[in-house]
Amino acid sequence: MSTIADLKKGEKAIILDFPVDSIPLKLIEMGCLPGNEISLVQTTLFNGPLFLTINESNIAIRKDTAAKIQIEKVL
Amino acid sequence: MSDAPIQVALIGNPNTGKTSLFNHLTGLNQKVGNYPGITVDKKTGTCKLSPTQKATILDLPGTYSLNASSVDEKIAIDILNDTDNELHPDVAIVVADVEQLKRNLLIFTQVKDLEIPTILVINMADRMQLKGISVDIEQLEADLQTKVVIISSKQKTGIDDVKKAILAYKSLSTERCISKEKIKQNTITDTSLLTSLSASELKKVQHRETIVRYQFINDVLKKSYVVDRSKASDTQAKLDRIFTHKIFGYVIFGLLLLLIFQVIFEWSSVPMELIDGAFGSFAEWTKEVLPKGMLTNLLADGIIAGLGGIVIFIPQIAFLFLFISILEESGYMSRVVFLMDKIMRRFGLSGKSIVPLISGAACAIPAIMATRNIESWKERLITILVTPFITCSARLPVYAILISLIIPNERVFWFFNWQGITLMLLYLIGFAIALISAFILHKTLKIQSKSYFVVELPKYKVPLVKNVAYTVLEKTKTFVFEAGKIILAISIILWVLGSVGVNDKFHNAETIVQQAIEKNGFTEIQEIALENKIIRYTESVREEAEAAGKTVNVQEMDAEVAEKIPEFREAVIEDEIEGMRLENSILGVIGKTIEPVIQPLGYDWKIGIALVSSFAAREVFIGTLATIYSVGSEGDDEAGNTIKAKMQAEVHASSGKKVFNFASGISLLLFYAFAMQCMSTLAIVKRETKGWKWPMVQLFSMTIIAYVAALIAYQFLK
Repeated sequence: MSTIADLKKGEKAIILDFPVDSIPLKLIEMGCLPGNEISLVQTTLFNGPLFLTINESNIAIRKDTAAKIQIEKVL
Repeated sequence: MSDAPIQVALIGNPNTGKTSLFNHLTGLNQKVGNYPGITVDKKTGTCKLSPTQKATILDLPGTYSLNASSVDEKIAIDILNDTDNELHPDVAIVVADVEQLKRNLLIFTQVKDLEIPTILVINMADRMQLKGISVDIEQLEADLQTKVVIISSKQKTGIDDVKKAILAYKSLSTERCISKEKIKQNTITDTSLLTSLSASELKKVQHRETIVRYQFINDVLKKSYVVDRSKASDTQAKLDRIFTHKIFGYVIFGLLLLLIFQVIFEWSSVPMELIDGAFGSFAEWTKEVLPKGMLTNLLADGIIAGLGGIVIFIPQIAFLFLFISILEESGYMSRVVFLMDKIMRRFGLSGKSIVPLISGAACAIPAIMATRNIESWKERLITILVTPFITCSARLPVYAILISLIIPNERVFWFFNWQGITLMLLYLIGFAIALISAFILHKTLKIQSKSYFVVELPKYKVPLVKNVAYTVLEKTKTFVFEAGKIILAISIILWVLGSVGVNDKFHNAETIVQQAIEKNGFTEIQEIALENKIIRYTESVREEAEAAGKTVNVQEMDAEVAEKIPEFREAVIEDEIEGMRLENSILGVIGKTIEPVIQPLGYDWKIGIALVSSFAAREVFIGTLATIYSVGSEGDDEAGNTIKAKMQAEVHASSGKKVFNFASGISLLLFYAFAMQCMSTLAIVKRETKGWKWPMVQLFSMTIIAYVAALIAYQFLK
């Protein structure tokens, strides 16, 4: 199963599932919910945070959080 | 008779233009206070809705939800839930950004479900066409059962419609968006859940609630919100390709910082000179107009000089806040947070620490308050602990005067001069020690805390002049008034302590000194002091002549000096008397008591007093020296009466050597760079960390670092 951390710059995906406990509530409030589309806009050096678009919002999260959110890539 | 004002609360996500709407509605009729017991700014203002009806508008902190996961959210919930709260609104206004309506409606449904009349204001109408967005207002009003107003805070349209909607608030439905049955458990109306459930259960409840709300919002927007994606421009994405670029992003940020600091010093120099001159003449004028005496000296040299030391920094503080608020308003600051996260994490900080660290260059107090949005407690605590190392504007007056005393004003290259380089080095030292301490704290603090990091990167926009201007005005005002109060109080206390004698030497100083000189003539030290006065006099005459383009006749000069000598002798005796008085006052005794501790750093007891009073606030240093020196010497030097001239003239009573020399100057600079000398910062840290433990750790460890650094510097350089 792939996660947001596996995405490459410019790729899109649909959120499938994530463990509620290990995801910040703020991310859920911002629309990071199963069924929503996300895309990876920008990455940083040395595995730094990821710059995503979810629900028309630009959000940055760290890679360890991203690795917990399961997705299905959209081609 | 006018009616009681309507209570209005503004609520909404950050970056939706909520504050712009607040500024448009209230203009300059706003007040910033504190919520009882917490340091979150409480912004209220009044707005005239009609000739007979006013509204009191409360600008609640920007939040994404009412889930009570942050202090800001808790405040909002307390006010909205409790009808007895004096801030409880008659009507709530939820401000939403048209491009992010879906996400913004989450908090709308939460407020509406509290059964408070809630108006939805959709902002940024000016962007709708550009983005190909169309909204069916009537449909939306029907589905949300409320009034919807479209505004553009940028073009100031729709503001009157908002006022009309507030006036008619009684006609609004208080029907819930989502029935109680659909959300059986929710933490907003049932706040007891917040304490009764475990953190993990609580999150599950809030997660479920959020999902239900989003389902409702999706259904509503399906009917009334259409985006034609073909019209969407990609300017935003292009900007992000440059500003958040893996390499260029950092280069741009570095250059921007360099530019900002360069510009702050460049732009500030002219107004600062004007202010300096104005306060100087004001002090002189006071001395001329008022009868001679101690009280006049207190006013002119203590209070006016001390306040001048603060006012002179208004230009720099204002420019710094100007740039910080432009960076934040434009949306660029959060890109920096994104870029810097990984680097800052190596030092135990978060990308979000960059905002406090930059703001710390203005003042540590707003900087420490800006740490609130750092999710991880450990990262936040470390940021709070190291921020006071950043060179704040209160250190600048101290740096400026010491640098001008001990570092020659010479150019090194065509561009730099030694004084400028020293100042830059002090900034870098502050930043370096902040990072080093952060790293040590990161390795030693045993705090388990989940390191979450969620940052919204808002759309880039041109900052609104009004918003930036209000921020600059408000922050500068707070700084000046807070610092002004302390300076005033300390000047008066010092003056009183310096005017009360403890023994016979204080009361009979004049006779004792006169008798000693009649008997033994001038001591060696007094001869040096006399010599110095002559040298300074001839120098000033020569400078004056040079400025006027004349040459100095040596013989004429000698004759002039010979004529002046009795006057100088008189002044030396006067200084001696005042010196003895000061030494035997309460202030003198305090200074003498601590002298052994600070002697190894190269300071005398007068600096000691300034150092101790600086623990209230650093900028007090100059005012204190001004007060001490004016209490100490009545005589007007021909070389000028400025505090700088007095510091230059100050010699050690035992050796006749200059007090402010290179070694003691560097030692003082380092002491001020590292020591925790700011009561207000300690008070804020106490409130933010909920206890005295951390502010005390900060006070002692920073002061020890400062002492050791100053000691090493002085012992090596002397």
